[in-house]
Amino acid sequence: MRIGYYPGCSLLGSSREFDESTRAVLKALDVELVEVADWNCCGASSAHILNHELSIALPARILALAEQAGLTEILAPCAACSNRLLSAQQELEKHPEMLAGIEKAIEMPYKGTVKIVNILEVLDRLKDLIAAKTVEPFAKKVASYYGCLLVRPPRVVNFDRPEDPQSMDRMLRAVGATPVEWPFKTECCGAAFSVTRTDIVAKLSGKLVQDAVKRGADAIVVACPMCHSNLDLRRAEINEYLQQEYAIPAMFITQVVGLALGLDPKALGLHRHMVPVEFAETAGVQS
Amino acid sequence: MSRIGVFTCHCGENIGATVDCVKVAEMCKDIPGVVHSVEYKYMCSDPGQRQMQEAIKEHQLDGVVVAACSPRMHEPTFRRAAGDAGINPYMCEMANLREHCSWVHEKGDATTQKAADLIRVLVEKVKHNEPLHPIKVPVTRTAMVIGGGVGGIQVALDIANGGHKVVLVEKSPSIGGHMSQLSETFPTLDCSQCILTPRMVEAAQHPNITLMTYSEVEKVDGFIGNFKVTVRKKARKLDEKLCTGCGLCIQKCPNKKISDEFNEGLGTRTAIYVPFPQAVPNKPVIDLQNCTYYKTGKCKVCEKMCPTNAIRFDQEDELVTLDIGAIVLATGFKLMKTDAFPEYGYGKHKDIIDGMQFERLASASGPTSGVMKRPSDGKEPETVVFIACSGSRDRAKGVPYCSKICCMYTAKHAMLYKHKVHSGKAYVFYMDIRAAGKDYDEFVRRAIEEDEVKYIRGRVSKIYEEDGKLIVMGADTLMGGEPVVIKADMVVLATAVQSNDRSEELAQTLHVSYDSYGFFAEAHPKLRPVETNTAGIFLAGACQAPRDIPETVAQASGAAAKVVGLFSNDELTREPIVAVVNRQAAPVYSTCVGCFLCQGACPYQAIEQEEIKARSGEVIMTLARINPGLCQGCGTCVATCRTKAIDLQGFSNEQIYAELMTL
Amino acid sequence: MSSGSHHDHHEDTLAWRVQQATGVKLAHCYQCGKCAAGCPVADQMDMPPCQVFRMLQYGLPQYDKRVLGCEGIWLCLACETCSTRCPQEVEIPKIMDFIRGEALRLNLAHPRSKDILAFHRAFLDSIEYTGRLYEVGLVADYKVRSRHFLKDVMLAPKMYIKGKLGLLPHLIKNRRGMKHLFKQTIGKG
Repeated sequence: MRIGYYPGCSLLGSSREFDESTRAVLKALDVELVEVADWNCCGASSAHILNHELSIALPARILALAEQAGLTEILAPCAACSNRLLSAQQELEKHPEMLAGIEKAIEMPYKGTVKIVNILEVLDRLKDLIAAKTVEPFAKKVASYYGCLLVRPPRVVNFDRPEDPQSMDRMLRAVGATPVEWPFKTECCGAAFSVTRTDIVAKLSGKLVQDAVKRGADAIVVACPMCHSNLDLRRAEINEYLQQEYAIPAMFITQVVGLALGLDPKALGLHRHMVPVEFAETAGVQS
Repeated sequence: MSRIGVFTCHCGENIGATVDCVKVAEMCKDIPGVVHSVEYKYMCSDPGQRQMQEAIKEHQLDGVVVAACSPRMHEPTFRRAAGDAGINPYMCEMANLREHCSWVHEKGDATTQKAADLIRVLVEKVKHNEPLHPIKVPVTRTAMVIGGGVGGIQVALDIANGGHKVVLVEKSPSIGGHMSQLSETFPTLDCSQCILTPRMVEAAQHPNITLMTYSEVEKVDGFIGNFKVTVRKKARKLDEKLCTGCGLCIQKCPNKKISDEFNEGLGTRTAIYVPFPQAVPNKPVIDLQNCTYYKTGKCKVCEKMCPTNAIRFDQEDELVTLDIGAIVLATGFKLMKTDAFPEYGYGKHKDIIDGMQFERLASASGPTSGVMKRPSDGKEPETVVFIACSGSRDRAKGVPYCSKICCMYTAKHAMLYKHKVHSGKAYVFYMDIRAAGKDYDEFVRRAIEEDEVKYIRGRVSKIYEEDGKLIVMGADTLMGGEPVVIKADMVVLATAVQSNDRSEELAQTLHVSYDSYGFFAEAHPKLRPVETNTAGIFLAGACQAPRDIPETVAQASGAAAKVVGLFSNDELTREPIVAVVNRQAAPVYSTCVGCFLCQGACPYQAIEQEEIKARSGEVIMTLARINPGLCQGCGTCVATCRTKAIDLQGFSNEQIYAELMTL
Repeated sequence: MSSGSHHDHHEDTLAWRVQQATGVKLAHCYQCGKCAAGCPVADQMDMPPCQVFRMLQYGLPQYDKRVLGCEGIWLCLACETCSTRCPQEVEIPKIMDFIRGEALRLNLAHPRSKDILAFHRAFLDSIEYTGRLYEVGLVADYKVRSRHFLKDVMLAPKMYIKGKLGLLPHLIKNRRGMKHLFKQTIGKG
């Protein structure tokens, strides 16, 4: 399999391990990633706040670059990126009158032919291979955390079901994990308020951490760099807000799959987490 | 030369505001054959009709064009008036200036011109009209009521008491419908079973009523007064005449863990069962999906136990064809299930139940004998949240319409809960309280004021489970949208009322119209609420739209009155708009060559073969003949006929050509 | 985009502009409150989404002003929980985006929006000049703009050790193209 790749900015910086583990896992599964040349930021959670056209032009440039490279499908592991790319694509499909202005801004033709997929979709296609290649089942209880942008708004992302989604749970079961019954799979972590309103992040992400532990999870598994930052980088603020030391790690789905495939933890970037990926002997392994 | 009168109606402002009716009337005077042309504000009113009748006499008119609204409503009105004035009613035609002109165009000269053109076309048609005479058909004075809930029972009893035979067809093993599942009824809180079961018995024992339970309508042919209905009597696997209803088979059936439909899955039943103890008829039925014998080929315990040898494992479904004069549809509704709500857990929480499940919990004959116990662990719920408009008025994930009965039954549920659990807390999330009905609003106020049910105006966004409680996340819009979180032990969703399963299929079988939600359509929303567009088929209850018991019963009596009225005639008259095969003098007899392509094309099986015989009795030729009783005037045969031997009375080829050529 | 009230047609009203720009019909909102019930930050808002809608529905200047000046619109996380569950399929976050833009344009934005705004501006500046988000630059820029110099100073060294902070920005090749893109979109208004 050969697929286009749009890592996005977070995967170059604060979420390097998501990029590392994605590349490592897909390599182990014989998937060739073709990075979109000279890609730019998608605008993430800022562009649409300040300017509608900008929030479409930025993703449109990425998609146009992918088209020029002859790619028909691109993987955007970051949930925010894939969401913004999909939004822009649909907005241009719905409002063809905007196209001329956008093409002028990006100085490229835009056809809208590239299919955008998220990491769960790609892993799902490889599910049988992953199960077959699993050498070290991830025998832990896990809280599968989808966050907002993978499943919402359903009319844009058209992926899984918007409430109580199942795709990540299925993947986790395939590698030997036991997902806990969890009502907060798609509750918001506080997203882009990480820097500006850390108090809100501590409260919203704190609720997630606290409840995941209460329901017996050994790890929270995510597929979005923003969710991961809030659950990992902001753990100090979370623990301060909750007045308790929560040590439950937050892991990317690609890291969990990578461990199951027997890949080197360092190659998966596990050492980069603020909350160490360590499990108490007794916690949750009795599944 | 024809003497035709044109009568242009303003229809108040409906036509008059866009079409210059005075000018139209003037323009029509110049149409060849028109000898009289006037306009009037309301042609259908008494002075309007009188004007027309006087003109017919004064100007010796032989044809009339009324330029007004759609013929759907008033063609019979004007034809009757024309007939009373002495001309053949079918010499009166209507030009539809309203739907075909004024409602769809802006005011202007072109619109006025179009109105005049529409009239010109009809004048041309009338010139080619022939006097026609209504067709008389006999009436079978037996009614069929489909659906044995409270509506169907009421219709059946009213018709039967009017002296006519009724066949009551019910698809499930017992009559009684949803009402037999209810605990108590609003706004009086009288016991549902206590008021319904005597009616069920009365229907079963009435000499004029034949019950056909566990039966479904498969096929309907014919027309008003003369339907032929084929009913499938599903095999109960039981000789009903021999069965005494002793119940021994049920006691001994080894398969006892089957989810009980009557208790909405909150209880269990056996494979041979009666749905509930007060069932009518009180005869068991074997559930083929779950019976051990049908699954493994072994068991037959019931057969061995039956003291009267009534069990019949070899019994097959039976098809019965009945002659029926009128049909009443009373097939009821179904409730949306709790698994339709993603944000409320897709039905995975046992303690989130629907309204009908609550009825069973509250019912003295229910799985808990009326004691409030929540389904998951049997504990008495200390806090119960009721959510109105669950799936109703929700265009995103449910139905856009109001289910009408939920406001009242939710108030009733909250009240019943408070009566059973005095220390309990009851909350109702609602958007509007729709309690328009006699003593209805008073009932809701009683729930709030006397039983202290807390009403919160807002929808619930999410429900999840935590520490054995259901966390209900709502908002109070009367406090500016402030989030309200309630930890509940049980949640009751007042789920949307939907058309019953297979209602669309049934509508197609009966040729009645239905709306996009599968509810049967009435002939006119205000003036013909219990009739369908198909003559001889009537409606009662929630199969037409969400309805409560009082409305259903009222409508049922209305439908029964229509049937009894129909049966008061010895014969019925039908519109003579039927196809005829031409007949000529011997030796041609007809231009029909007897190919009978028309026979296969006719959707109503109205075309027969007729043999023309010589005096010797020898068959000279075989021609098509159309049975005027069965023909619905659709014209398919006319289009099919290769030798143009068939014409539709009132819409002959000649008339249609004349209309087109004048444009 | 016709609507019942003649106020809504009036170009002076926020309602008219909202409907023109987003295609969302305000009259569809029947005030059920489900948006507020599920909103993760409704309890922090001075005006939850349903109240924003209620005020917009009036089409009166005094309410428009209150909507534009409220803090709630800046707290919206665009998590789309409201629009996903809205029984009337109203795209609420789309409207929030538009109102924020109007609040800025008319200089009516709530004072506490300054930090949030500073962050978004710093974010966009970063991509305007480098093409990709330069996280260190973003935070530094944000600190200057918001004057929260001491915030998160303890986090940076830890992130650096974990290899999560690149001290130099990632520059795309076509930076001229990026400037042009900004000029053609946000630069126009």
